[in-house]
Amino acid sequence: MSEELICITCPMGCRLKVDRRDDGTLSVTGNRCARGIKYAEEELLDPKRMVSATAKVSKPGAGLDAVSRVPVRTSVPCRKEAIGDLLADIYALTVDLPVARGQTLIQNWKGSGVDVLATRTLP
Amino acid sequence: MKELTYDAVVIGGGAAGMAAARELDAAGCSCAIVEREERLGGILGQCIHNGFGLIEFNEELTGPEFAERMEERVRGTGVAVYTGATVMEVDAAPEIKSLFCYSASFGVIRLNARAIVLAMGCRERNRGNIRIPGDRPAGVYTAGLAQRLVNIEGFVPGRNVVVIGSGDIGLIMARRMSWIGCKVHAVVEILPYPSGLTRNIVQCLHDFGIPLYLSHLTTRIIGRERVEGVEITPIENGALMHEKSFVIPCDTVLLSVGLVPENELSKDAGVELNPMTNGPVVDSMLMTSVPGVFACGNVLHVHDLVDYVVEEAKRAGANVARWLKGERPQAEARIKAGPNVRYVAPSRADPSRDNKIYLRSLVVKNEASLEIRVNNRVVRTVKKAHIQPSEMLSVDLSRADLATCSGSPDPTVEIALA
Ligand SMILES: Cc1cc2nc3c(=O)[nH]c(=O)nc-3n(C[C@H](O)[C@H](O)[C@H](O)COP(=O)(O)OP(=O)(O)OC[C@H]3O[C@@H](n4cnc5c(N)ncnc54)[C@H](O)[C@@H]3O)c2cc1C
Ligand code: SF4
Repeated sequence: MSEELICITCPMGCRLKVDRRDDGTLSVTGNRCARGIKYAEEELLDPKRMVSATAKVSKPGAGLDAVSRVPVRTSVPCRKEAIGDLLADIYALTVDLPVARGQTLIQNWKGSGVDVLATRTLP
Repeated sequence: MKELTYDAVVIGGGAAGMAAARELDAAGCSCAIVEREERLGGILGQCIHNGFGLIEFNEELTGPEFAERMEERVRGTGVAVYTGATVMEVDAAPEIKSLFCYSASFGVIRLNARAIVLAMGCRERNRGNIRIPGDRPAGVYTAGLAQRLVNIEGFVPGRNVVVIGSGDIGLIMARRMSWIGCKVHAVVEILPYPSGLTRNIVQCLHDFGIPLYLSHLTTRIIGRERVEGVEITPIENGALMHEKSFVIPCDTVLLSVGLVPENELSKDAGVELNPMTNGPVVDSMLMTSVPGVFACGNVLHVHDLVDYVVEEAKRAGANVARWLKGERPQAEARIKAGPNVRYVAPSRADPSRDNKIYLRSLVVKNEASLEIRVNNRVVRTVKKAHIQPSEMLSVDLSRADLATCSGSPDPTVEIALA
């Protein structure tokens, strides 16, 4: 059975057809260049995504410009199937101010090598 | 009234305004930024996803990180920054121009300058602009407003969502809403192809199994107090197939139906606008029809990448500095959008220099080519692996390309796609 994918490595957006060989490797067609094969392998064998979200801050300010969330992202892409659990842990955080851009809020999440970093400085 | 004078004043402290101001400062001009929000950064502050800065910083950053990096560059210079201050009125007199700014902390301030840089960004089209019929219940937001509510204010606008329009902001918000536990039922697009980037279609829709209805029109928004659903009608061969209409129940509608440059101030200042971009008509120095008033970033034309905004704004800043020192473009050539080109910006090129031109395609095509024609003669053809309306293209018009301009009284450059 073949699977269809769109390669998003470059704007060409090649439509890839991928078949799994008996030995577990993949046969890819429809790619205009070798990067398409690498993309298909990553997508089908070990898909990962960068995750961005926001976390609660402990004492939000008052008024119209009050900031009640600090934006965060993962340091490296996270395995796709783990994203739901990672998000739950991000939403459970309460971040004390001040926070600096790049500050690690969760280190090596569940031993995955993924850190969660603040992406904005809040005094 | 407090009154201050600078060589140049930049209106708007987003990516464009910051980049232009830093360049002006580097060229030795005194300059100020006036920004209506409390913080610099503009729209970047609410775009918490990554995908910014691959060109400018050589790494993939989120919007807030990109904004802070730009802000740090500006803070290290002599640029005066007024935040929480809105420019209410521009008097674009020939020699010294005046800007009247209102700030809650200063009251009204008057800033005088020989040059002004318009960098006010853009705003979103809303329901009124695209005329969706039906009830007027609560729960209809533009995607950018929802983005601000969710990402900055930490407020979730609804649970069951339909996104109308497949622009990038709508796609990014489909993922964001899914990640905060909402159910996104559909993205509905009137055109036969998506208007957002392919990478966003894949990562924001396919990853979550969100259906994308192409060639479908939203014919009605249903609900009295709160949205209860949207009625969707397929379009086949240009005709609405009413008998095939269906309703998707939802409590929230996000509109991602395009951006319009924010040019109210420009119009008041007498700046001529280009109906294709809704931004000012500019010459090779990015100067508008009003001498001494320049424009860059999303106020000039809507960009999809902040890196291009910064690149354009740096050029604008450097040009303003040249202009302040008395340089004027000579014998410019007109640039025209040719076949399959929606628009070109700027509208003029300087044959004595290298020029950078941005354009948008009207068609989707692989293995395309871009033709530069001077006075109806093809001078160069550039291969483009892939073109589509949602991806801005750029082309360098070199002095060599424009060499034949000098012989004619009204040289015209035409950019065509095929
Ligand atoms: C939702 C969204 C998602 C995006 N995603 C990406 C992406 O993934 N990758 C990427 O590279 N690019 C992305 N972009 C594009 C890019 O971020 C923007 O094009 C760019 O940041 C625009 O910069 P700007 O300075 O022109 O406008 P803005 O950032 O809009 O700045 C304009 C500023 O002017 C101020 N202003 C307006 N009027 C006045 C006035 N009268 N007085 C004082 N101040 C005023 C406003 O408050 C604002 O701060 C995205 C854009 C949007 C809208
Ligand atoms: S296969 Fe190569 S050419 Fe095709 S989209 Fe991927 S990177 Fe681009």
